[in-house]
Amino acid sequence: MSDTIVPLTTKKDWSSDQEVRWCPGCGDYGVLQAVQTLMPELGVSPANTVFVSGIGCSSRFPYYMNTYGIHSIHGRAPAIATGVKTARPDLDVWVITGDGDALSIGGNHLIHMLRRNVNITLLLFNNRIYGLTKGQYSPTSELGKVTKSTPLGSVDPPFNPLAVALGAGASFVARTHDLDRKHMIEVFRAAHAHRGASFVEIFQNCNVFNDGAFKDIVGREQREEMLIDLKHGEQVRFGANGHLGVMAAPDGSLKIVEVADVGESAILVHDKYRENPGLAFALAGLSHDDHSPTPFGIFREVESHEYAGAVSAQVAAAYERQGPGDLGALLRSNGTWMVE
Amino acid sequence: MTDTVKRVVEPESLHHVVIRFAGDSGDGMQLTGDRFTSASALFGNDLATLPEFPAEIRAPAGTVPGVSSFQVRIADSDITTPGDAPTVLVAMNPAALKADLDRLEKGGLLIVNSDAFTERDLEKAGYTENPLLDDSLRSYRLVEVPMTSLTKTATISLGVKARDAERSKNFFALGLISWLYTRPVETTTKWIAERFKDPLVRASNEAAFKAGYHFGETTELIDHPFKVPPANLRAGEYTNVTGNTALAWGVIAAGQLAKLPIFLGSYPITPASDILHELSKHKHFGVRTVQAEDEIAAIGMALGSAFAGHLGVTSTSGPGMALKSETISLAISLELPLLILDIQRGGPSTGLPTKTDAGDLQMALYGRHGESPLPVIAAYSPSHCFFAAIEAVRIALKYRTPVILLSDGYLANGAEPWLLPNIDELPDISVPFATELNHVAEDGTNEFWPYLRDPETLARPWAIPGTPKLMHRIGGIEKEDGSGNINYTPQNHQRMIHLRAEKIAGIANDIPLAGISGDEDASTCVLGWGSTWGAITEAVMRLRNDGTKVASVHLTHLNPLPKNLGEILRRFKTVLVPELNSGQLCRLIRSEYLIDARSISKLQGIPFTAGELVIAIKEGMS
Repeated sequence: MSDTIVPLTTKKDWSSDQEVRWCPGCGDYGVLQAVQTLMPELGVSPANTVFVSGIGCSSRFPYYMNTYGIHSIHGRAPAIATGVKTARPDLDVWVITGDGDALSIGGNHLIHMLRRNVNITLLLFNNRIYGLTKGQYSPTSELGKVTKSTPLGSVDPPFNPLAVALGAGASFVARTHDLDRKHMIEVFRAAHAHRGASFVEIFQNCNVFNDGAFKDIVGREQREEMLIDLKHGEQVRFGANGHLGVMAAPDGSLKIVEVADVGESAILVHDKYRENPGLAFALAGLSHDDHSPTPFGIFREVESHEYAGAVSAQVAAAYERQGPGDLGALLRSNGTWMVE
Repeated sequence: MTDTVKRVVEPESLHHVVIRFAGDSGDGMQLTGDRFTSASALFGNDLATLPEFPAEIRAPAGTVPGVSSFQVRIADSDITTPGDAPTVLVAMNPAALKADLDRLEKGGLLIVNSDAFTERDLEKAGYTENPLLDDSLRSYRLVEVPMTSLTKTATISLGVKARDAERSKNFFALGLISWLYTRPVETTTKWIAERFKDPLVRASNEAAFKAGYHFGETTELIDHPFKVPPANLRAGEYTNVTGNTALAWGVIAAGQLAKLPIFLGSYPITPASDILHELSKHKHFGVRTVQAEDEIAAIGMALGSAFAGHLGVTSTSGPGMALKSETISLAISLELPLLILDIQRGGPSTGLPTKTDAGDLQMALYGRHGESPLPVIAAYSPSHCFFAAIEAVRIALKYRTPVILLSDGYLANGAEPWLLPNIDELPDISVPFATELNHVAEDGTNEFWPYLRDPETLARPWAIPGTPKLMHRIGGIEKEDGSGNINYTPQNHQRMIHLRAEKIAGIANDIPLAGISGDEDASTCVLGWGSTWGAITEAVMRLRNDGTKVASVHLTHLNPLPKNLGEILRRFKTVLVPELNSGQLCRLIRSEYLIDARSISKLQGIPFTAGELVIAIKEGMS
């Protein structure tokens, strides 16, 4: 499809006629705006784009995009999207999912889509709560979370979504948040451009069931001292005038330091292209809660064997080698005999 | 070699014979049976096979649970079953004798590998006395052959190590039986030459095969050979095919006939995995196969491919069906074509993974949440799997619905000669994709409605991504008929349930009427579905040959049922329904038609024999 000329589109061309039905004030609106703003800039056509989602508040997303779309079943979007993309690598395929959808009921499909490195862009709306079922704790809720299903506090520790993705071998791993449209757009753009499975975690506020979950990090007052903006090739520094930085200890662990205390040369330089995911993993684990400095941006972006293209290449190679399938020859392939 | 040795005795001619090869899982009995089958097929016999093997890859050697058997019946006429009881049992060890002796007909020929009847082997099989020495085998014609040592003698001179030499003993057995039934030798020696790349293994197997053949010829342990003349089959070109192979080929054919690329999402499961293996070999037909991470992903991927315009297929067995059920309901709601292959095995749960069963009928018909009808098709013989696949795909595409195709372990692994169809006579089952806007909005603009139905089939348009202007969103949430927009209103939900049901029910106008075989004026009708066809057909034939009037009807479409089925069944005083379940079709017939149908049930993981059905039908008639 690279030969076809894609007509210029506007944001309106990407918006469906359906009324958006998220709760007023939901962080999902900001993500929808970011995606609809970005799409005309990507040089792709709505007719060639497919959004696949599972179940949950964020999974209503495809209804609002004027593209092809499937609102599927809980947790299965990565599998269904893998089918779409593997059948038709010419299509631009996106998965919209949430923390319960991707990391609980659909955990298996998520890790295998990432392992296969299917060329799909996956946006995980992480609000650390089950919204559509009205407020149960999720696999990213903090330990001790008091919800309807955990009145005495949850006793199971949460997943770190980025660590899960990196552990599954994801070739593109990033984090952004719903209050910074510009940051979202740039991360989504890079995710879309990446050839392979792109995993993007979005800190997304559920203002009804888990309001302010991320405010200590992404709040406008807090950002400067709490949000670590990863930039490839640059030192990992944050805080007023960059007074804070991330340093690698001899044992490979990372810690946050006053730059003045250790000297500039000791501060880690971010390299998203590092083949070894160790540093990306350490960065993903830098913050253990939502009240301490947390990295955002692209953690890892490496080239890797892509699945859908490889499947198609095998089909093409078989065709090249054997010619078009001949049904008559197939039926005779185990040997035949004649009865007179 | 045969042309240099004169036969002392002319072979005695038989109409049919049932041979059962039984040995340890590691003895190569499936291979031996398969080779004998192929040689007989090429010779021109009609045949039917019944492979049986344990679920364990290598159960403890020498034990009864580790016994692997292959039964084949060869005949000079058209046959439909692998036989009631073996006329010959080849037992490679005491465990095989213990496991399968009960099946051998009284007076049958029992050939044992006497080398394997050591104290230790006897103990492992659970014998306290050596059955070759006591009188317990007196009802059979026992022939003891020291196959292991004879094989060693024949092969060690080639330079084969003693340990490896023993491994060719199945070829010795094959050689002996090939002599006994006057099979052409060249078919097998040629196959050995092609199959085994290692020159020593090749030479060893060939030597063992020839040694077995000559042993039969030159000893007088068995007084004379037999022959089963070629069957008078319809003229034409034949191949020998198993159900799973035929099913995979049927899917490929359906893709060709529909002019669609094929996408198989599958997860390995016995006895369905061979479909994944076979389809994976034929990528040049435009076949994509994905071994998914689980059963749910397998069908999810197939459904995604269907949305994208491929022929989506998933293959599995009962436990996998259970996992797929939520996605099948989604496919019903999305109204997309999808082929679901269920190769049934004994359940519940892991049950009998390698044994046949028909216990998934009700799950196929009803095993989903909500009101979710879909078409169900069942194959009735190994070769029929080919046509059943095409028919299932035809319905799936035309009506934009998931279709469940039921096969079972018996059909999957069983083989029969197949008169190759004329490919040019296979139906065109292609359907057009939507390319145009199909609705005018109130404000006069043209738009696309993904659920605007064809008035005749009630199928919705299939508009695939990449088609300009037809962008649309579909989902599992209830939608408004026509526009496809989310709609929760009470009347719309009721309307949608009725529409989805009417669409499936209407397929009854597009499938063959049920036909009666046998005596139309009989008072008893035997109603079957699936792989019981072979045994029912033979049982009905035997009864009629004995002067008993009986009719039979066999169903390939289980939902919707043929329009005339109720009317046909009401003509009979007695309706008997043999099934390898506890009466699932029988209950359906009773509830659907208020007919006093009665169940003939077998729940042992093995098919009905014709003999069993003759008795059961006679009992049912009285």
